[in-house]
Formats: sequence, C-alpha cells, structure tokens
Amino acid sequence: MKRLLTRHETYVFLAIVAFSIVITVINPSFFTLENLFDLLKSYSLMGTFAIGMLFVLISGGIDISFTAIATITGYTIAVLLLKYGESLNIVSVFLIAGGIGILLGLFNAAIIYFFKIPSIITTIATLNIYYGILTVVSKGKWLYGFPTWFGDFNNIRVFTLYTPDGIPYGLSIITVIWFALILIGWFILRYTILGRSIYAMGGNPASAQRAGFNLLGLNLFVYSFMGLMAGIGSVIQALLVQTVAPNSLVGKEMDVIAAVVLGGASLTGGTGSMLGTILGVTLIAIMGNGLTLMHVSSLWYKVIIGFVILVSVGVSAYRNKRSTRKHIITEVN
Amino acid sequence: MAEPFLSLRKVSKHYAGVTALDKVDFDIQKGEIHCLAGENGSGKSTIIKIISETVKADPGSVIEIKGHPVHGSNAIDAINRGIQVIYQDPSLFPNLTVAENIALGGFVAIHRKLINWKELRQVAEKAMARIDVHLPLDEIVREISIADQQLVAICRALTRDVELLIMDEPTASLTKKEVDSLLAVVTDMKSKGIATMFVSHKLNEILQIADRVSVIRDGRMVGTYPSSELDDEKLTILMTGKKVEYQHFVAAKNGNDPILECRRLSRRGEYKDIDFKLFPGEILGITGLLGSGRTELALSLFGVSQPDTGEIYFNGKPVKIQSIQDAMRLGIAYVPEDRLAQGLINVQPVGKNIIVTTLDNLVNRFKLLDRTKVISSIQRWVKDLAIRIPSVESPVQTLSGGNQQRVVLAKWIATQPRVLILDGPTIGIDVAAKFDIHEIIRELAGRGIAIILISEEIPEVYNNCNRVLVMHKGCILREFDTRETAQEEIQNHVNGAF
Amino acid sequence: MLRKFSHFLVLSVVMVFIMLLMWGFTGNDFMNLGNFQSMAYQMPELGVLSLAMMIAMLTSGINLSIIATANLSGIVIALILTNTLSADNGSAGTIWVVALAILAGLIVSALVGALNGFLIAVLDISPILATLGTMIMVSGISIVLTEGYVISGFPPAMLAIGNGDLLGIPVPILVFLACAGVMSVILNNTPLGTRIYLLGSNPVACFYSGVDNRAVLFRTYIISGIYSGVAAVIMISRFNSAKADYGESYLLLTVLAAVLGGVSAAGGFGKVSGLFLSLVILQMISSGLNLMGISNFLTLALWGIVLIVVMVINYFIENQQQKRRIA
Repeated sequence: MKRLLTRHETYVFLAIVAFSIVITVINPSFFTLENLFDLLKSYSLMGTFAIGMLFVLISGGIDISFTAIATITGYTIAVLLLKYGESLNIVSVFLIAGGIGILLGLFNAAIIYFFKIPSIITTIATLNIYYGILTVVSKGKWLYGFPTWFGDFNNIRVFTLYTPDGIPYGLSIITVIWFALILIGWFILRYTILGRSIYAMGGNPASAQRAGFNLLGLNLFVYSFMGLMAGIGSVIQALLVQTVAPNSLVGKEMDVIAAVVLGGASLTGGTGSMLGTILGVTLIAIMGNGLTLMHVSSLWYKVIIGFVILVSVGVSAYRNKRSTRKHIITEVN
Repeated sequence: MAEPFLSLRKVSKHYAGVTALDKVDFDIQKGEIHCLAGENGSGKSTIIKIISETVKADPGSVIEIKGHPVHGSNAIDAINRGIQVIYQDPSLFPNLTVAENIALGGFVAIHRKLINWKELRQVAEKAMARIDVHLPLDEIVREISIADQQLVAICRALTRDVELLIMDEPTASLTKKEVDSLLAVVTDMKSKGIATMFVSHKLNEILQIADRVSVIRDGRMVGTYPSSELDDEKLTILMTGKKVEYQHFVAAKNGNDPILECRRLSRRGEYKDIDFKLFPGEILGITGLLGSGRTELALSLFGVSQPDTGEIYFNGKPVKIQSIQDAMRLGIAYVPEDRLAQGLINVQPVGKNIIVTTLDNLVNRFKLLDRTKVISSIQRWVKDLAIRIPSVESPVQTLSGGNQQRVVLAKWIATQPRVLILDGPTIGIDVAAKFDIHEIIRELAGRGIAIILISEEIPEVYNNCNRVLVMHKGCILREFDTRETAQEEIQNHVNGAF
Repeated sequence: MLRKFSHFLVLSVVMVFIMLLMWGFTGNDFMNLGNFQSMAYQMPELGVLSLAMMIAMLTSGINLSIIATANLSGIVIALILTNTLSADNGSAGTIWVVALAILAGLIVSALVGALNGFLIAVLDISPILATLGTMIMVSGISIVLTEGYVISGFPPAMLAIGNGDLLGIPVPILVFLACAGVMSVILNNTPLGTRIYLLGSNPVACFYSGVDNRAVLFRTYIISGIYSGVAAVIMISRFNSAKADYGESYLLLTVLAAVLGGVSAAGGFGKVSGLFLSLVILQMISSGLNLMGISNFLTLALWGIVLIVVMVINYFIENQQQKRRIA
C-alpha cells in the first residue's frame, strides 16, 4: 500500500477520478459509453505520439520534431492516396508512413549521437528543416478527397451499439490500433533487453557505455521508434479528419510532452512507464473534453492545461527534493 | 613459479609530450591479491586503463593474459577475457533495481532479446551467494548506501566470469566497518581463485590485505614486493622516493579568549553533545572514521545545516548560523573535502574561481565591478598562495592537484576569515605538494587565523595540529594535546581499541 | 580565453564572407543603404529576444517562454492603448499613456520571469519543463485576453518606436543597442554577471562558495522576462498590432543566434559581442534570401541546417581541444 502512495501514477489516477466526478456532476453526458468511445478514438492520435515520446524521454532525450515528421509522412501518403488510391490498402499506407517516419527519426538519432548535440537543440533544428521543406514542397495546400475505402476504414467498429436516436457508436478500430501499439510499447519496455537497456542508458549513459551497451543502437532505436509512431499517427490523423493539412500538427508538440511528463516520465531520463503515459494522456483528454462539456470557453483550454502541468511538475519536484534529503541523512548514519 | 594470469612487460604510454608510463614490468598471479601502490599522478590510472583495454599502450609494450599476447583496445574484449574494473564511482544505473544492475549487463553481452525476470533474479542471487552478501534485490540502487553499491558492482563483475577484478580506490567513501567487510569479500574471492588488483594509496589497507605490492612512481615501476617485507615507512619511501621530515607544529599564543566555542551542540543522526573551544592561531585537528560526524559538524559550523540543540559562540557572543552567507559574515570559511565537485568550478578560469567569494567587495560606488580592484585582488592571492599558473585565465582543471587546492585556499583567504575549516585538504595530492600545503596552513595559523583541520590521516593531524579531537559515532571521544601524546595513542582511539 | 577570442575572429570573418556572398548573389539590391536600414528595423526584435534566451542559457538553462511572454506583454500594452486612446490621437498627453502602457507590459513580463524564477530556483524544476509550462499557460492567458483576435490601432507615439528614426538611425536599433549594452554590463561588470557564468558551470561549487544560487537564478529569469517585454514593445509597434501567437518561429532563431554567437549549450560561456555578430550574420542571410525570392519557410529550414552545421563545427573544435588536453 505504501509503495502505491509513493508512485506518481497513483496521483494522476486520483486526479482523473476527481476530474471525472466533477465533470459528470455538471454534465452527465460525460460518463456515457458513447462519449467515452468517442474520446478514445479522437485521442488515439495524441496517445500514439505519446508512446513514441515516452521512449525518447526514458532514454534521456527529447524530440520536438515529431509533428514535422508526421506532417511529412501524412502528406506523402495523402499524395499517394490521391494518385494511386485504388491500388493501395490500409496496411501499405501504414507501412509507407511508418517507414518514412523511421528514416527521419534515424536522421535525428545520427546527429544527436555522432555529434553529441543536445537533443533539444537538434530536434528544434530538424523540426524547422522538415517543416520548412515540406511547406515549400506542398505549397501549403490542403489535401482531401481520399478514396472511399479510406473513409470507410475510419468508420469500422469492433462492435456497434446504437443510441436511442439510432446513431451508431462503438469501439473504433482506430482505438484498437492504439491499444495494440500500447501493448507493443509496454512489452518492449518491460520484457525485452532492449527496453531495459533504454532505461539503463537514460539512468546513466556513462555506465551504460562502460558496461558495453550499444548506445548507438539504442539511440537509433528510440528516435526511429518515435518516427514510426509519428508516421502511424499521421495516418490516424488523416483517417480521423479525412484531410491532410501542412499546419495542423506543428505547434502541438508541447501538449504531447506535457501528457507524458504528467504521467511521470522525467526529462532527465531513466523514469517513466507506459501506464503513466496512458494516464497522462487520459487526464489531458478528460480535461479537454470536460471543459467542452462544462461549457467552458475553449479559450481557457491552454491556460488550464499549462496550469495543471506546472502544478504536477511542481509537486513532483517537491516530492523528489524531500526524498533526497532523507537519503543523505540515512547515509550519514 | 606458476604462469601468471596477467603479465606486463616494457609497457609504455606517451601522450602529447607527456610520459605517463615508462617501460613498466609486473605481473599478477592467479588468485592473488595484488596491490598497486602509488601517489596521485604516478601512473596508476593509466595502468588500469591499459589493462582494462580502454586505452592502447605504445608499440613495444607486451601484455599477456594466461600466456597469450593481447592487442585489444576495447572494453568489451577485456570483460570477455575475465578482466573487470570497479571504479570509485561504481558506474551503476541509479534508476534500476539491484537485481537488474547485477544481471542486466550479462544478458546484454550474450545478445539476449527477451527478459525472463525469474532468471534475472536467479543470476543475481547466484552472484551474491558466491561472496556471501545479502542485498535487497528489489531496491532501486539510488536508494542504497555507497558501500552496498560497491557490493552490487562486485556482484555484477562476478556474473561475467571475472578472473581479475581491478578495484580503483574502493574504500574512499566507506566507513571502517564497511571497509572491513569489503576486505573480507576480497579475501573470500581469493579463495575462489579470483585475482584482485587493489589500487590504493592507503598504506594500512594495502599492508593488511595484499599478498604482493607493486609500487609505481612517476610512471616507472619501482618494484614488486611481498607485503610481509614492507611497513608503513618503507612503503612511503618507495612511493614518494623521499623521506619527509615533519616538524611538529607549535601554536603561537594569541590571547586567552576562544574565537569559536561550541556547547552541547547536537544534531539528530549526525553528532551529539559537542563541546570545544577554538583559539586564534591554533590548528585544531578533528579526526575519526567516516561516519564519526566530523564533516557533519563542520557543515553545521558553516551554515549548510543547523544543529538541533546547543549553542555556538563566536567571539564570546552567541550566534545562529543559518546559511553559508551567515557563516561568511562572521568570518568562517570552509574548504570542502570534494575539491572537484564542491570546491572548484573546473572549466572556469583561476581568476574567476578566486574572486567568487568576494565579488561584493570588488565593486565601485555604482555597484559595478572595479576592474583594477579585481585584477589586483587576483594577483595578490595568486602571489600569496604561490599558485603556479601560466595565466589567470587558465581553466582550473588544467592545474595539478596541489595547485588546485591553493586556488581553493586563495578563494577563502581572500575573505579574510577568522576561522578556517579544512576538510581533508590534502586528499589526492602527492607527498611533496602535501608538505607545501601544510606549510601554507601553518603560515596561515601564524597570521592569527584559527584553523580546524579535519582529516582521517593520523600523521597529518598529529604533525600539524597542536590539539586533536577524536570523534566516534557523532561524539567527541577525547581531546589530545599533541605535544604530550604519542601518535599511536591517537590512532588507537580512532580504531576503537581503548 | 583563447577559445572565446578565436570565436569572435571566426565570426567576423564569416560576417564579411556572408556580406560578399549576398552582394554577389543579389548585387546592388543588397549593398545599399535602404537595405541596411530595413535590416536595422528587423533585427532588433530577434536581437532582444536572443539576449533574453542567452542569459537563461548561460546558467545552463533555457527559456522556452520568451515568445509567449513577449506576446502577452504586447497584448497588455495593446489593450491599455486601445481602450484608453483612439488610433489617431496625437496629443501630447498620449505620450504618458503610452509610457504607462509600456511600463505595464514590462511589469507583466517581469512577473512571468519571476514565475519562471520561482519554479526553477525554488521548486528546482528543470528549466525546460518549467518554461514549457509557463509558455503554455501564458499563451493561454493571451488567448483568453484577445479571444483569438488581433488588437490593433496604436497612437503615433507608440508607432514611432518601431518605425521611427533618430538622426537617421532606426529607433529599434537604438533600443537593441541599449539592451545589448546593458546586458554586457550586467554580465561583465557586475557580481551578478560573474555569478551567472560560474553557476552555469557548477552550481554546487557556487553554493559552497557562498553564492545565493536561488537569487541568481531568480534574477536571471526576471531579466530574461523583462527583455522579452522590451522585444514586445518593438514588435507590436512595428506591426501596429498584438496577437497571441506572433513570432513562434523565433524560438529556433534565438537558440541559433545564441549558439552561433558562442553561447555554450552547457552554460558558463558566451559573450554579448559574439551574439551581436551572429545576429548581424543571420540578418544578412535573411535579407539576402528574401531579396533572392526564397520563401520564408525555406529560410526556416535553412536556419535548421545552419544550426546543426554550427554545432557540428563546435563539436570538432571541442574534440581537437580535448585531444590536446589529455595528459
């Protein structure tokens, strides 16, 4: 029990419960299956990005170029869909987007590893490089008019229920895809040497090097994994809104980072869990949804999110300080 | 004689213009405890780096393991050949559990893909059983003591079929009890056929445990001797090449009033009922084992921590020292034990390091720094402490250990302190420079500054202090006047045999 | 220090090289007074913001909230001006209102800086996270205040700051030079400046030397905030409007300018003179590219490449120095 109280995830969970209660009291339509399935579907995008971001943060780095990567992969598949739409299927679309994402992520990793440039600076640079080139190539055009099978895929549900008015709703396949990614990510982190090595590298890169860990490989993996998630995310985005716009994702990097940090991952590396990340995304999703359902103007969204981040991070830091102080005293004894 | 496990012949290493090693010869037998003794800068670290294959020796060097020549320069090759190094900082993963720290590296080396947590635990338990230690497997390494962390490092080495374990100054941060445990573990490994190369400058530990001792000095191997043939004095002469004669310090009489007095000072978990007086011009030694409360007491006098009960009197008046700024205002200065992390800002120039404590005194009436005052202040202290540097702009990290310590001293003398607390001031400094630093300290005492010299090296406190306090488990055990006591008696009290 | 000296020299050479390059590509379009004047109008915003970023980076931190702070400041000034004066009011009394509005804007930016300082110095939150949080929150407040709209219509007294000139020298440049001068004095001639550099390299040793780390960090981020506020004044004056999300692409540029100017990403080193030269270089490249008809977005991509190239060069230089140091 005591262990539970020391874990960051517990507090996030309690916050989620608290928020949910408040929102449901004000607007009962929050706690309906229809609303919840809808939320799960629309936040699959942020959720997918968050999985990739978690890996990068655990490894001790940060990546703010993923929105640009997603924009590039999204645009590429959009162009391909418009040109060759009928000869493609959903699997190949995901593969192409993921593949390009991996390549762009590898570039990030190479710069960070070989030239020892801090990841924040590298990815600020690549964000602008990727985005700049894309904007010029795309000329800012919005793309839409995808083949019908692409639109149909968006509407597939694992099971369907109906509202009293006859409107269908249910667990979307997109959510299932997200869940699958969560499982894969969780498995890697918990049950593979690769995953534990990422934690090790994030905890103490110098020790990892001395112990013979393959730092190059680990770095290549985390950033290309982020790229892969970015690619998959871009397809999800395209499915959700059936359009691809060059400027829809860039600018939202911080929201994803905020969600993962809320879930307990640390910017200094070595800490973080899949459960925490899911909870962090859930908290952000609920806050966003809740504000809307409580008829709070959307103008307040950023202020509230920013405030919650600061409070969460502040509490985390404060708790960290108290625990290190205890440690020093016991050492002296 | 049986074939040695490791043998070095004519091993040399040159860096740009500097000779780190010059035709070094020595060997390590299977299962022996071999100590490599030498001062700082003697070449010990270079030898470790070459043996552990992180650095390549010059051509012409011959390194053989079990009779086969070795040419690698890859740490992983060394591990595969059975050689592992445990550095002072055990290089663990603070965010992972003890079990993971012990076993993970092994799995990585054999290119395993998946983790079987049960298997991981078994590997860790097996390693611990080999040397009969019990560590909490599920504890996060960040939360355990340094001594336990070193044991984790040793267990980790054991999982990789180690035949030669190199330990670099492993006892630096350990209490006496922990040192004894560690030495017992090392002896135990010997019975299991694992050789240990123990690198240290602590004479009593070397002699207590080694089968043979190789002494290195200025990059050259002086010789290898069975430890039975050595004693403290012989070893010191071999390590330093000179016999240093100490004149016993006598304090000038500077009045009858203490500048600093503590009464019944206590801080839970750190020290208890501390009573002592400190007079201007004297050097008061405080000694005792790690964990005896000596540094903790100093930190309270310096304002880093506050005592729970008791009083501190400065110049006869009761004071509360709640911050370092308070301490500095009174005129108390503190030279920390950890020179590199706490005492100096390595990458920054000597000049900046010296003025950091007195910036507010070097301003003109517009509160801006007065260039002339700054320059003359720096020059004055460089001269006063005889710091040898090409320029005041040289980064401190390019200086030798002795010179670095002079910079720290300069920084504090610049504050015109009344009380100067020195915590382990000659750690990591070779014997000649040590002597010079002691001369400086005595000269400072001669100026009327009251000095507290905290050290665990009994000869250092015995020779340089007129009074010595021995601390044990947070309390002052006894006070000695060094003119009237023999060094051995102080040593005995420290070791707890009385 | 040798490294700093040569960096300045290298930058000077690069500057002349770029000037000749741009001249070569665009001919007299580049090398004329009009162009230099227009550069002198554009650079100061970025320049003052870069100074704001620089001081945070010197303490081994970063301030991701400078743009958001500038926008909020600008919005506060704009709201005061548009709610108390009409756009074409040229009477003498307006100068006082403008001055008060600007003061209010600066106070707001200083408050944001104080918040950052509190989070970083007192609560010990990492600067990336703290300024990330304030960036989001402050940007959110801006959105609430403006409801997403642009606020425009300032009196001539206000517009003069961004668009006027004094004896032929654009006012913004004068403001920037003043800011650079003040920053240089703070960093080189005050105890605070010395402490900032030392803290950036080793906060623990500073603590044990009696430096009040909290106070230093606090002041650092307040100064960073105030500079963001000054940038806001120039910005909104030039555009005659204030918005919640102006200049978001500037963040990269301020980091680039700082790094190019010799500010170490690890903290402890960097001079205003280097920053100044790097800003001139960046501005020349920007103008040149503009004259060549290259789109803004491509320019952004180019900045990214330049930033990476500069860091790579730094890496190789560091490597060489390390090799010489090993002994």
